[in-house]
Amino acid sequence: MNQKLVVSPSPHVHSGDSVPKNMYGVIIALIPALLASLWYFGIGALIVTLTAIAACVLFEWVIQKYLMKATPSISDGSAAVTGLLLAFNMPSNLPIGLIIIGAAVAIGIGKMSFGGLGNNTFNPALVGRVFLLISFPVQMTSWPVPVASRFQYLDATTGATPLSVVKEGLSSGASLSELMGEIPSYLNLFMGNMGGSAGEIAGITLVLGVLYLLWRKIITWHIPVSVLGSVAVFAAILNISDPESYAGPLFHLLTGGVLLGAFFMATDYVSSPMSKKGMLLYGVGIGLITVLIRVYGSYPEGVSFAILIMNAFVPLIDRYMKPKRFGEKVKTTKVQKQ
Amino acid sequence: MLKTFSLGGIHPADRKISAGKSIEVLPLPKRVVVPLAQHIGAPAKTELKKGDQIKTGQVIAKSGGFVSANIHSPVSGKVFKLDEVVDASGYRKPVIIIDVEGDEWDESIDRSETLKTEISLSSEEIIKKVGEMGIVGMGGATFPAHVKLSPPPGKKCDVLIINGVECEPFLTSDHRVMLEKGDELIVGVKILMKALKVDRAVIGIENNKPDAIQHLTTLTENEQGIEIQPLKVQYPQGGEKQLIDAVIGRQVPSGKLPIEVGAVVHNVGTTLAVYEAVQKNKPLIERVVTVTGPGVSKPSNFLARIGTPVSQLIEAAGGLPDNTGKVIGGGPMMGKALSNLEVPITKGSSGILVLPHEEAHRKPVENCIRCGKCVSVCPMGLEPYLLMIEAEKELLDRAESDNIMDCIECGSCSFTCPANRPLLDYIRLGKGNVGKIIRNRN
Repeated sequence: MNQKLVVSPSPHVHSGDSVPKNMYGVIIALIPALLASLWYFGIGALIVTLTAIAACVLFEWVIQKYLMKATPSISDGSAAVTGLLLAFNMPSNLPIGLIIIGAAVAIGIGKMSFGGLGNNTFNPALVGRVFLLISFPVQMTSWPVPVASRFQYLDATTGATPLSVVKEGLSSGASLSELMGEIPSYLNLFMGNMGGSAGEIAGITLVLGVLYLLWRKIITWHIPVSVLGSVAVFAAILNISDPESYAGPLFHLLTGGVLLGAFFMATDYVSSPMSKKGMLLYGVGIGLITVLIRVYGSYPEGVSFAILIMNAFVPLIDRYMKPKRFGEKVKTTKVQKQ
Repeated sequence: MLKTFSLGGIHPADRKISAGKSIEVLPLPKRVVVPLAQHIGAPAKTELKKGDQIKTGQVIAKSGGFVSANIHSPVSGKVFKLDEVVDASGYRKPVIIIDVEGDEWDESIDRSETLKTEISLSSEEIIKKVGEMGIVGMGGATFPAHVKLSPPPGKKCDVLIINGVECEPFLTSDHRVMLEKGDELIVGVKILMKALKVDRAVIGIENNKPDAIQHLTTLTENEQGIEIQPLKVQYPQGGEKQLIDAVIGRQVPSGKLPIEVGAVVHNVGTTLAVYEAVQKNKPLIERVVTVTGPGVSKPSNFLARIGTPVSQLIEAAGGLPDNTGKVIGGGPMMGKALSNLEVPITKGSSGILVLPHEEAHRKPVENCIRCGKCVSVCPMGLEPYLLMIEAEKELLDRAESDNIMDCIECGSCSFTCPANRPLLDYIRLGKGNVGKIIRNRN
């Protein structure tokens, strides 16, 4: 016996799961929504998506190589996911310069300043998006009209999103039933025929994507269901209390970024809780804050802020929302009673 | 819906390539190395000297306390020397080395193959006999069996659970015992029931062994109180707490023994050993060992004497393949990697697994991406990612309050981690350190 044997502690086998498998899984799940954004916004969506992905990957590579002096790990796909989600959260007529600024903030401040993948408190794509929204409010809220602007980029015809129609209409004294006549039908909303960020509009494609993520067991149902459930419940409570001032649950679910947020942004591994109980609490918090911002805040849309605010609570949630321990609920056996 | 345990669990590939191979008697080795500590608890004590002549089955070391076990000679021959060698655990342990001469058994042992169904001993006599014959848990934990059969005052057992799960990939020794020694096994179950004074026993078997389920169901058709419970395939169902939860839906509280919920669990191999001890007066001197691996030319299930070197079992299974990278004592999830193939098999050796080079190395560790998969798969409801950080940073008070001592070291967390993090390595380290503090407290 002169062969050298490897000695290591158990377990000696591995599931074969890996970080890239999860990241590329998310990218595959986002493909239907990407196709929808290309269908509705055409060339603009293409430019925004390619620029955002390229810029995110490049910034990650440069920062890892030259600032952190580490081996770049861009092939794990996490920077590409951030880029794709950042693009999905921007209007398709955003100038390239702003996209690059957004990517720099997302990767540089949102991710790498915390130490890179796994260490960031906040969802990097949303950090980039919110930075742009606050710094460049005009450019970030001019929404190209779907289909009509397919072959336009910076010069795209713009219009309002259903959320801003309702928000501005209500504040100028109009009644909800009048306003609902101005926005597309629920079916059109679900199919994506409305103004909005490049990747958030087509609910049907996002549902397809999340089903894929659930099937691949990349995510569990807890966060999506609790976000959507709480948005629906809180919207329904307001709607029942005053149907003329508050839109119903279906309107809130199908407009803006709720589906994209619930399926792909809130479920970001790094910035979401670890236990199932914690995930449910986190999801309910996101839903509640989203509705509060939409109804009472000054922005028509609040999903991004809601997710970022709940991201900040994740360490606290992890500290106090422990998973159910085995044998925690002590069952008194028949034996002891005898 | 088949029953299974309630929290976590994983599905590693079965790879039970030796499942169809009948138990073969391994030829006697020329020399055996018999460790004095083959069980949990105090090592046995020996009074033998170099040159003593001994017979097969004769006591060669006496139990060193209540939680301990007698050791019997697995062969006949002459004591070559008393020594200390590195065993499968990697530590130096006292051993008795015996040169084999013939195979002369102690006269008191009934070596006939006839099935003896009538149980003449009383409950107390059975427990005493199980203790004398050195029976320990043969699933791997090697807890002395007579201790489990003697519930502490105030505790009563109402159900006996027989562990036929064999959830470790590759291993098939229990599977073969259930198929080939079914009659003896059922008598063994009845002996254990009599010892524990219970009228209900459940044999839990995972659904990937339909032949064993079928065979034992047929054998127990007319038996009162013995049930066969097929279980959904899920690792680590063979863990004692998981099996009790799966079979009777009771969860053993943290830090407590199964008797707390009225259950006692024995492994299939142990039950067979109990039959042989009580009915045939045969001590635990041999056991079924699976020798397997993707490159092993003749995967087998051997009936081997305790003390036989691992190298001889591998030789009998076709020899060590050229591309061998790792040899494991036990299964791939919880087994120990061996550095030396001259170590002997012991009462707890259920298998020898030979892995090729490409499966022997771990992949590089990456950053935790907080995916939460370790938390989802933990069968004890723990947070492996957090316990790893706490163990690494020596936050031992927090590790203790996060129930680090509940970890059963099944390895599901490390198995599933997409970032290849050595979760269980650090949790073991933390358990060791927290355990030291707890012991010093008292």
